[in-house]
Amino acid sequence: MAIVVQPDAFDPGAMLNRLHAAQLGVGAVVGFVGYVRDFNDGEEVAGMLLEHYPGMTEKALQLIVDEAGERWPLLNVEVLHRVGRLEPGEPIVFVGVSSAHRAAAFDASHFIIDYLKTRAPFWKKEDTGAGPRWVDARDQDGAEMAKWNLPGDPE
Amino acid sequence: MITLQLFARYRELLDTDHEQIPWDAGLQCVGDLRDRLLARGNAWEVLAEPRVMCARNQEMCSLEAPLTDGDEIAFFPPVTGG
Repeated sequence: MAIVVQPDAFDPGAMLNRLHAAQLGVGAVVGFVGYVRDFNDGEEVAGMLLEHYPGMTEKALQLIVDEAGERWPLLNVEVLHRVGRLEPGEPIVFVGVSSAHRAAAFDASHFIIDYLKTRAPFWKKEDTGAGPRWVDARDQDGAEMAKWNLPGDPE
Repeated sequence: MITLQLFARYRELLDTDHEQIPWDAGLQCVGDLRDRLLARGNAWEVLAEPRVMCARNQEMCSLEAPLTDGDEIAFFPPVTGG
C-alpha cells in the first residue's frame, strides 16, 4: 500500500505494471487516471494550481485506503496525487488496486476515487482566459460518494 | 492556544494561512471558534457559508466537534481534488 503526494509528473503505465509485478496471486489490476482537461465550465483552461493541506492530505488518503481494505479483499493499493502547477493533458491522480478477482479491484478503485473527491483536502485553481478561478465542488461528487454509505459522513 | 489554518479561497480572501488564537473556556467546540471569527466581520463572514468544511487535528470534523487547548483547526471550502 503506498500513498504519495508529489509535484512531479508520473507514468501511469509503470504504476499499473508495478501493481502486478512479482505478485503471482494477483488476478486483477484496475487503474484510474485523472487528467487536466483544457476546457471546464465554459472556459478554456490553460493550466491549474493544486493546493493541499500538508499532513492532513496523507492522513485523509490513508483513511480512504484503510476503509477500502476493510470492505474488499485487496492485495495492493497505490494512490498518487499531484500538487502544484499542472498543464492540460497531464495526469493529476492515479488510483490503482490489485486483487485476486476483478470485482474487488473495480469496486475498490471506484470507491477510492469517489471518496477522495469529497474528503481529501485538495483544491484546484484554474487559469482561464477570464483569469484564475477556484473550481467549485460539484454536487454530483457528493451524490456519488453517498452511494457508498460511509459511516460518519457529514449530512 | 489554538492553531487556525485556512486554505484555498478562504486563505486568499482572508489574506492569511494560519493564526494562533488564545484558547479560553468560551471555545467549547469548533463552531464556537467559527462564531468568534465571524464576529470579526468583513471578509471573515465567508466562514458562514453553508458548505464550509472543517478539520480538527487534521481529520474532517463537524462544527459540533469538541475543542481543546492545543488543537489545530482548519476551515476550508469544499474540496476539489481528483
